[in-house]
Amino acid sequence: MKKRQNVTIKGTKEGLVLHLDDTCSYEELKRELDQKLSANSRTQDEKHLIPVKLEVGNRYISEAQQEELKNLIRQKKNFVVDGIVSNVITREYAERLMEENEVMTVSRIIRSGQVLEAPGDLLLIGDVNPGGTVIAGGNIFIMGTLKGIAHAGCFGNDQSVIAASSMKPSQLRISEFLNRAPDITQTTEKREMECAYIDENHQIIVDRLQVLIQLRPNLNRFEGGH
Amino acid sequence: MGEAIVITSGKGGVGKTTTSANIGTSLALQGKKVCLVDTDIGLRNLDVVMGLENRIIYDLVDVIEKRCKIHQALVKDKRFDGLLYLLPAAQTVDKSAVRPEQMKELITELKQDYDYIIIDCPAGIEQGFQNAIAGADQAIVVTTPEVSAVRDADRIIGLLEKQKDMESPKLVVNRIRSHMMKSGDMLDIDEITQHLSIELFGIVADDDEVIKASNHGEPIALNPNSKASIAYRNIARRILGESIPLQPLEEANKNVFTKIKKFFGVR
Ligand SMILES: Nc1ncnc2c1ncn2[C@@H]1O[C@H](COP(=O)(O)OP(=O)(O)OP(=O)(O)O)[C@@H](O)[C@H]1O
Ligand SMILES: [Mg+2]
Repeated sequence: MKKRQNVTIKGTKEGLVLHLDDTCSYEELKRELDQKLSANSRTQDEKHLIPVKLEVGNRYISEAQQEELKNLIRQKKNFVVDGIVSNVITREYAERLMEENEVMTVSRIIRSGQVLEAPGDLLLIGDVNPGGTVIAGGNIFIMGTLKGIAHAGCFGNDQSVIAASSMKPSQLRISEFLNRAPDITQTTEKREMECAYIDENHQIIVDRLQVLIQLRPNLNRFEGGH
Repeated sequence: MGEAIVITSGKGGVGKTTTSANIGTSLALQGKKVCLVDTDIGLRNLDVVMGLENRIIYDLVDVIEKRCKIHQALVKDKRFDGLLYLLPAAQTVDKSAVRPEQMKELITELKQDYDYIIIDCPAGIEQGFQNAIAGADQAIVVTTPEVSAVRDADRIIGLLEKQKDMESPKLVVNRIRSHMMKSGDMLDIDEITQHLSIELFGIVADDDEVIKASNHGEPIALNPNSKASIAYRNIARRILGESIPLQPLEEANKNVFTKIKKFFGVR
């Protein structure tokens, strides 16, 4: 009976693909990978690197294992791994992905000294008082008065926006950009229904809410409309 | 089983001690059995404002460290016929002498014998504050119409709201000067309540009589003819669950007038 191959190399239009079987043990896989790549080493003298993609099927590969496989392959050949494709992600990662795509709705006042964080978009029903902070991975929408600090796109998303029914922030941050309130404020000025975004010069601009319709069409979640 | 109410503010000097003394006095005037607890260890002055300083034998730390029984440390206010007592703060040790669990135990014990325990809290948000709120069922946040005091009140409210088993805090705005509010040089009541968005339990005018009364060890609430006294008495009545409309400034004459109108059946 012929032993099944756990490691197969395929050439595709996109380049080389190493297919790694997902039913054998990880140790077995490593052993076979080691053998296969050593046996098959005629390109040794060629100096340029050949990118390969790893397809691991329904096997979960931890970050440490990813590193291990990359090193193993790198040592054997002038192969360099430029991507690992797995059908499996951890529950934790899946939950994080979901959270980042969710709108977190919170109904309360963020008071001085308090910090509210949302992994994705944040919808706050209530005020952010001076000394209070709201931080979101995505956009921030405040149905209330923003008097404290708001930081949208905190993981580096420049497209994020901040909108508030009443915009009187002490500081606005989007991605890594920052904009603080002028030292002298005209208290008489009504700052209602406004938004903040980053323009092409990396400046935080505060404007009427309606400009977002043109500037950030991707705010629409339900394409096509009803 | 009584109710414990902590009087707190964050910022110092806004009138916590004055408010504690006068709410306690007003509740006793209403026939409730009240115990005032001074938790400002190291900086006690509720005893002075109440005029009870000379009669202190033991203090709160003595009770907690079991050097005496609670009843031995309680100072009776002779003006109230057994309705008002004070548990004074220690003056010689610092705040770290007491832990929140110990305070909670003490307040729970006092609640057996008193209708209301009024806890005077020290300024700040550290250990002394944690001790003061540990046993409280309710909190009254005192502020003045100044930006910094309101900011600190906001911080305190945030901390109180996190406290389990505590009702939503109530607000008292102290030292109002109507001419400054009218001219826009002071925050007005609307601005303050909008900012803090908690229930307003009373507003007290800035009144020289308050300072005079405190210096004589006679809380202003004992004097029925001052504006501030009526304001404090109204706060006490709101604590008792009466719904009394807030007057823009709780002025003595106005209040008398409403009473007369009621008497004649006019609304
Ligand atoms: N309504 C008022 N009108 C005039 N003076 C007042 C009023 N309320 C308080 N005061 C005065 O303000 C000063 C500070 O008040 P008080 O001691 O009650 O504040 P506190 O918040 O307890 O201060 P601390 O933080 O130091 O404990 C006192 O001199 C007091 O008499
Ligand atoms: Mg005090």
